[in-house]
Amino acid sequence: MFRPSKHIREKYLEEEMWPSIFCQGCGIGTVMNATLRAIDKVGLDIDQTIFVSGIGCSSRVPGYLDADGLHTTHGRAIAFATGVKLANPELTVIVFTGDGDMAGIGGNHFIHAARRNVDLTVICVNNYNYGMTGTQVSPTTPVGGITMTSPYGNVESPFDLSALAIGAGAAYVAKWATMYPHEMMTAIKKGIEKKGFAFIETLAACPTGYGRKNKMKEGKDHMLWCKENTIGKSRYERLSEQEQNSCGKIVIGELRNIEKPEFTAEWSKLVEQHYME
Amino acid sequence: MRQVISGNEATSLAVKLARVAAISAYPITPQTTISEKLSEICGSGELNAKFVKVESEHSAMATLIGAASTGVRTFTATSAQGLALMHELLFWASGARLPIVLVDVNRAMAAPWTIWCDQTDSLAQRDTGWLQFYCWSNQEIFDSIICSFKIAEELLVPCMVCYDGFFSSHTYEAVDVAGQSEVDRFLPPRKAEYFLDTKNPQTFSGGTLPGYFMEFRYKLQQAFDRAHGVIDRTYGEFAEQFGRKYDNIESYFTDDAEAVLVASGSAASTALHTVRKLRLDGKKVGLLRIRQLRPFPEQALIDALKPGQQLGVLDRNLSPGTGGVFTQEIRAALGRQGKNQPVYEFVAGLGGRDITENDIKTIFAMLGNGQGDLTQINWVGLKT
Repeated sequence: MFRPSKHIREKYLEEEMWPSIFCQGCGIGTVMNATLRAIDKVGLDIDQTIFVSGIGCSSRVPGYLDADGLHTTHGRAIAFATGVKLANPELTVIVFTGDGDMAGIGGNHFIHAARRNVDLTVICVNNYNYGMTGTQVSPTTPVGGITMTSPYGNVESPFDLSALAIGAGAAYVAKWATMYPHEMMTAIKKGIEKKGFAFIETLAACPTGYGRKNKMKEGKDHMLWCKENTIGKSRYERLSEQEQNSCGKIVIGELRNIEKPEFTAEWSKLVEQHYME
Repeated sequence: MRQVISGNEATSLAVKLARVAAISAYPITPQTTISEKLSEICGSGELNAKFVKVESEHSAMATLIGAASTGVRTFTATSAQGLALMHELLFWASGARLPIVLVDVNRAMAAPWTIWCDQTDSLAQRDTGWLQFYCWSNQEIFDSIICSFKIAEELLVPCMVCYDGFFSSHTYEAVDVAGQSEVDRFLPPRKAEYFLDTKNPQTFSGGTLPGYFMEFRYKLQQAFDRAHGVIDRTYGEFAEQFGRKYDNIESYFTDDAEAVLVASGSAASTALHTVRKLRLDGKKVGLLRIRQLRPFPEQALIDALKPGQQLGVLDRNLSPGTGGVFTQEIRAALGRQGKNQPVYEFVAGLGGRDITENDIKTIFAMLGNGQGDLTQINWVGLKT
């Protein structure tokens, strides 16, 4: 099992808050683990780091960390985080969110923060449904997916969150699954180090919710599903165009890593130019 | 047919029997099981309605405003933050005179985060131009929803039916669920006079200059003035057909009471239970259950009170800087009627804390021995 070492546990976790509310087999623990290890690798000063979240299971994460946390309204974590970052550009701001929170009710904030290239690290636990309220259809529920509000199968096309982030202008975008915790950790590390909007999408199991209704009742079922249904970016790029079109798999890996002007830095420059004379 | 169902199931069944044509909702605890059940009912074909899944409560209300503008019957359900997110469009629905029915499962407003009950969420929407009813039993939830469609459609005013999160929404009670033909007889299909119609093109809610805006609001106020009569008549017709009578203010043991408590929602049923017990001990106490906030049942309140009674109001809500909303409404009504009756204000049960028999006994004791403070909020069960 991929567990936090004693060092990670003692250094970053708020012991009093445990045990967590997460169900057996839930993917959030793995994402949290990868995040803490990434933070440790970067050598981030946890006292100069703010965790911001909205509503949903993944938004509970800041509560379990021994660091400053801002638990906000549904979907608005990125907007709150933008405020934190602009007021205190020296802080590292990490957003924990989920597919329903970030791409559903908060979709607008997501694309605009990516467009502005605000220096945030947004970690999205994509478990294909609104898990906390009991398995309702979300903006990433696959076509045909069964939820409480799509009992005969979802007919809506899902968002590809990473493609959305790229389209909106994010500087760093990676997509991994809990099947690949080490790669996920590396991506989060790079995201934290990136000066700009970094988005890390993590495909995660929701055994109690989406999994139960879609033949993935246990955490490992989702792992196996990921193994079957994902393809690494470099391998995908080696396929012919025809093979790419017909493979029907989710492309994972580091999908974008570019340099572009960052919002708080550009804003500071503007202030210097006009008001500091 | 009598069924043992939760408050949220009572809602879903009433909406089905009302033959609603468009439903739109977004998940939020403790409302979610309403929309899940309705999704199932629509999916199975039991109800021929469009169930529109959206990305926020704001979108849910916008969807219904669109649907209701085409002349059909519409419904949504929400709680707390969800209702607050609809705030902008609640004004739009009433201003556009659309008879949308909404269930608000009462839940306290964050921050800090909570999913448990108090009534601040819906009471904070009192100025949005919606009729508001507060229920204390699952039967009343069912009946109120059926009646709300009829009242809303006659007045062209949207209507909010409220009940307590978890205490009512997730508690199972016996409910007499009416048959479809009975409901059809009571509630015929909506006949909209003005609606979006390709054969008769019209534009709604366009820009209105200062020359006419005030008249729109005056007409809305007139509808609320007329609402008192329409609500009484509708609940009268309901009682005739279904045998269950509801009044906007219900009096229990108040005729000879020396101390009277006003309460609403599930706390009122605890209060009634306690009043009955105190009566066995010979205490002259009574209960007024208020089940309607908009329009405010001013005359019924005045009629229900006897001179010299010690009057207390139990508020499971808080408007910081003034106090309990029901208290303020009742004081204003008494003032308008020239009554110089002192009103003691009791705030209890915020954020889902239980309001117990002992709490109600404490309140009556304070009312009886003059321990209550008239000049400030009397907090019940507060940790100090």
